[in-house]
Order: sequence, then C-alpha cells, then structure tokens
Amino acid sequence: MPQEIMFWEALVRAQDEEMTNDPLVFCMGEDIGVVGGTYKATTGLYDKYGPERVMDTPISENGYTGLGIGASYLGCRPIIEIMSVNFAWLAMDQIFNTAAKAHYMSGGQLKAPVVIRSPGGTAHQLGAQHSARMEKVFMGVAGLRVVTPSNPKQVYGMLKSAVRCDDPVFIYEHELMYNMKGAVPEDEFFHPLEGSEVTRRGKDVTLFAYNISVHWCLQAAEILASQYQIDAEIVDLYTLSPLDRKGIIESVSKTHRALIIEEAEPAVGVGAEVMAIINEECFYELDAAPVRVSAVNVPIPYNHSLEKAAIPNANDVVKAVLKMFGR
Amino acid sequence: MNAKVQASKKLSLEQKKRLLEEMLFARRFEERCYEAYVERKIGGFLHLYSGEEACAHGVIEAANPGSDYVLTSYRDHVHAIKCGVDPKAVMAELYAKVTGCCKGLGGSMHIFGVENRFMGGYALVGGPFPLAAGIAKGIQMKKGKEICICFLGDAANNQGTFHESLNMAKLWNLPVLYVCENNLYGIGTRIDRSTAVVDQYKRVSAYNIPSTQVDGQDVEIVYEAAVEAVEHVRSGKGPYFLELMTYRYRGHSMSDSNAYRPKSEERIWSDRDPIIMLRDRLVEAKEMTIEDYKKMDNQILDQIESEVIKFAEESPEPPLEMLEKYVLVENDPWVKGGRGGVN
Repeated sequence: MPQEIMFWEALVRAQDEEMTNDPLVFCMGEDIGVVGGTYKATTGLYDKYGPERVMDTPISENGYTGLGIGASYLGCRPIIEIMSVNFAWLAMDQIFNTAAKAHYMSGGQLKAPVVIRSPGGTAHQLGAQHSARMEKVFMGVAGLRVVTPSNPKQVYGMLKSAVRCDDPVFIYEHELMYNMKGAVPEDEFFHPLEGSEVTRRGKDVTLFAYNISVHWCLQAAEILASQYQIDAEIVDLYTLSPLDRKGIIESVSKTHRALIIEEAEPAVGVGAEVMAIINEECFYELDAAPVRVSAVNVPIPYNHSLEKAAIPNANDVVKAVLKMFGR
Repeated sequence: MNAKVQASKKLSLEQKKRLLEEMLFARRFEERCYEAYVERKIGGFLHLYSGEEACAHGVIEAANPGSDYVLTSYRDHVHAIKCGVDPKAVMAELYAKVTGCCKGLGGSMHIFGVENRFMGGYALVGGPFPLAAGIAKGIQMKKGKEICICFLGDAANNQGTFHESLNMAKLWNLPVLYVCENNLYGIGTRIDRSTAVVDQYKRVSAYNIPSTQVDGQDVEIVYEAAVEAVEHVRSGKGPYFLELMTYRYRGHSMSDSNAYRPKSEERIWSDRDPIIMLRDRLVEAKEMTIEDYKKMDNQILDQIESEVIKFAEESPEPPLEMLEKYVLVENDPWVKGGRGGVN
C-alpha cells in the first residue's frame, strides 16, 4: 500500500536510504544538520549519521558547492542543499564552470556526480530577492541534468536516482510544496531522470507544466471540463534538461493544441523552449498557435496583491485556453 | 634520530640532478609551446610557466606524485608533467589532437591526468580553492593517507573562494596544502595595486592556518619548506599555506604584451633563474660540468622535437562523432530509473 507522506518527508526518506546504502553519500548545506533544514528535508539525519556526513556549512554557497564537486571527483556522492535558489546565483561559478564541464573538458576522465537541491518559486511575500524562479537558467547549460519534481513520489525517486547517477543533477524544488502530501510506494524505487508524465489524459488541448504549475493545471483542467466541456491533457515535464521531445510531440500530435505554463518571466524560458520544439517537430499538427502563460516581467513585489498579480494561476490558464478556442 | 629527520628534508644529490633535468625539460617544453603558438599550431589562450619551475618541482617532489592529488589554474602544463602525465599527451592536447590527455576537448587551460591524480587545470581564477578542499574531504571520507595540493597564483587570493575555502578547510581539518605561487602580478596589475596586504601568508593567519613565505626561485628552499608543509597536512593537523615568491618570464598569456613590467625588475628575477642557480651550484660542487649541462640541454631539445612535437604533429584530430560524447556520462543506467538496470 502506498503511504501518504509529505514532500519533505519523501526527501528525508530518500536521503536516509541512500546514506545507509553508501557510506560515501553525504549531505551538506546551511542549517541542515543540527536544525534539520529550513524545510525539514534532513530531519533526524544529523543524529543518525553525525556531523561528517550531515554537514552544517558556513553561508558560502560558491565555496561549499565547489567543495561538494571536489569530493564527488573521488566517488563521494554529495547532496548539496542550497537553502533558496536565489542563493544559488552565488554558486553559479562552480555549478556551471566546474560541475557542468568537468566531464567534458577532461575528455571523460572526471565525473562530478553531485546532487544539488534547491527550492525556488514565489512563496508568500518573500520579496524580490527570495522569490527567484531560475529553472530557465539551469536548463540552458549543457552538462547538467535539471529535474523539477511535482509531488512526493517524484522527488523521492528522483533524488535516489540522482544520487546514483554519475552526472551532476540539479533538483529544482518549490518553497510552497514541502508540506504537500502524496502517495509514495513503501518499496524502494528509482524514478527516471529523463522523460515526462501524462498527469491527466485529455483530447482537446495539452497543458505543459512542471513542478508547482502541474497543480495549477489540475485545477484549470477541472474548470475547463466542468464549465466549458474542454478536455485538457496535462503533461508534467518533470525533467527540464533534457526536455522530453518525444513526450511533447506525442501529446501535441494527439490534441493539436498546446499551452505551456511557467512560473518565471517569459523571456528565454521553458515556454519559449517547448514552443520551439513544437515548431521544429510538429508544426503541422497544430490547429492553433501555441500559447504560453508566464509571470509578468517584474521583480517579485512584496505587496501580496501585486505578488499574486505577478505570477500565473489556474484562472490564467483557463482564460488562455478559452481564448485559444475563440471563446 | 632528529638529525636523520633533518637530513631527509634536504634534497639528495641524485634528486638535485634529476630536478635540474626536469626543470630544464619544463622550460624547453614551455618555450617550444611559445613557438608552436606563434606558428598557430596551438590555439586559444596559452599561459606559460617559464621562470616559476622551482615552485611546482620543489613542492611536488616533497609529496607523492601519482598518489597525492594536485590541481591548479590555467598555467598547468608543468604541474601535470611533474605529476607523471606524459608530455606527449600534454603537447598533443595543446595541438588539439585526439591523442591529447583530454582528447583535444580541454586545451591548454584544461589539462587533466586523473590516472596520475592530476585533477586539472581550471580557467576561473580562484575556482580550484573549494575543489581542493572537496578533494580533501573525499580523502577524509575514504580514510585515505593522501593529501591534496592546490597551486594558485597570488591574484586568486582576492576571490571569495579563497576565504570561503580556507575557512572550511580549517573548520573541518581537511588535508589540503594551498601553495601560492606569488609572481607579483594578477594578469597585468602589480600586486600592491590590487591587494591591500601584499604578503599573502599573512592573510591566512586570520583562519588560524599555519603559513610560510619562502624564496620560490630556489628549488632546495622550496623543497625543504614543502616537506614541512606536506608533513603537517599528512599528519592530520589540517590545512597549510605555503607562499612561494617567484616570477614569470612571459606575459600572463600569449595575448599579453608584457609592457607593464620594468626591464630592471625582469633582470633582477632572471638573475635568479631557478635552473641556472641549481646548475651553478652543481657545477661549483663539481658534480657536473657546463658541458654536461649543455649535453643534457641538447638531449632535451632533441627529445622534445623528435618525440613530443612529432607525436603531436602526427596525431589525428578528434572525430566529429566525439563532439557530444562527454556532455553527460554515456548510458548511465540510473537515468532510466527502475533499479538502474540491476535487480
């Protein structure tokens, strides 16, 4: 029987199992040890595995990320928590210049199997410097895998696969999702790090989503079905790099209409990228121009009403779909 | 007993002769790179080590090359060779050939020789500081006896990674030796124009890490200081910082006109050339003659031409199919989920 657990509990379980499985797996990050993590993702692990494997780091994002990468060269499997994706900007040097390039520029000699987990997204009035959505930045760089789990089952299985995979993997979490509940199988399992998942089957339009926006689309699909008799399919793009071209083509070829939702600003983003794939691969399948629903192009404001107005929601998806159908 | 320990901290005659040959080889190798670059056989950026040979040779001689981990900046050819990477593979890499140590994908600034535990040359100034601490963390987790040695220039110490890494290395007692090759210039800017405290070893004391500053032109002095530094780190006492005062004869890179340094300053340093100083000592001690030295030099020049350059020249380019081969690890079973292809 699958057990209902919260997103953070799925993270704890995955890390606990992987640390038991391999003594070279270790966790590091700010406040992850004694405190157990700002979002509780390492609860109990410090007591179980000690300070050398559950390391409270100084607030030195570029430094400890580089340290994790160096340890991974020797076969260690660091799981690095960057407390907020806004702080990951400070570690971009090591993530992009080292982790993403070490295997390539050494001609395959080195591997850098680090896992970097970090929550992004807009939460509740955290202001401009704590509300970044950086998925588009990470997915644009060769040499890095980027996954965006949308539920506890995915994050559990993806984290476990990421720890064992020899590539550097960035797990893009969401500040608002840590207390989300979902079923996770009791038996150990490993989720793919490539692909996409049809979360809801439909025939009229495909809603491409990832991470928290999958949940917005589920709400939107309910409204579209019950009030407008539009049967929407939801494709969860749980890996942003590499994007699942095959999954995108399959769904568009079935519904002939596509909408992409992204929590970030529109420029150079997930929407633009998925649209480009649709244009390249299945343009003649389309019955309408693809549409993207994105954030407004602003730094996130503190005021709650303005904050809500800046980011998309289920109603924005409904409106965009209705417009696509000329309704 | 004490006297014996002291004696082991001195270079033996045999070591001195070998180091003279190795340093001369390094010098001729780098100067030949200069020529090949001018001939456009080598592309990209090229940062030469001429003048600084005693630093890499003195320190790595005091460690266990091939067992201890070494990494450095983009001025990396000589460190790699001293760690045991085949000079032919280094030159072929500079020629961008598939027989290069990185199959032609790395280039001058990214020499790697993981089999020899040369963990790379990195092109971001200060980038290797945390990587070295991480390699040391890896050694610690695997309960190894090795240490990690990180060579960087003085200008790297103005990056945040310097402070972040020294802090973590001391905090977690990591087996890492930081070697500062202080050549007085960060690209074209003299150290006192970029750095508030010019003595780099002093900056380290803020992290309670022991540090020394010695003459980086005298390989005997470098070796003796490095023996102490290596012993400190290997005995589990945590990180150490060794500052070596040195000078590069060429510009920062080949695209550098080198016009910012007074000739009088360059002369002061070339009068203390690490190779010539060691040679003259050996000649004075009647351990070799100038003729022996010239013969050695000719043999080296011949070896570089007939073996190293020949190999690089004659090697094939990497095939086009290699373009995407090492972006991600090929066929990693865990990417597909399941049980990673095993039950």
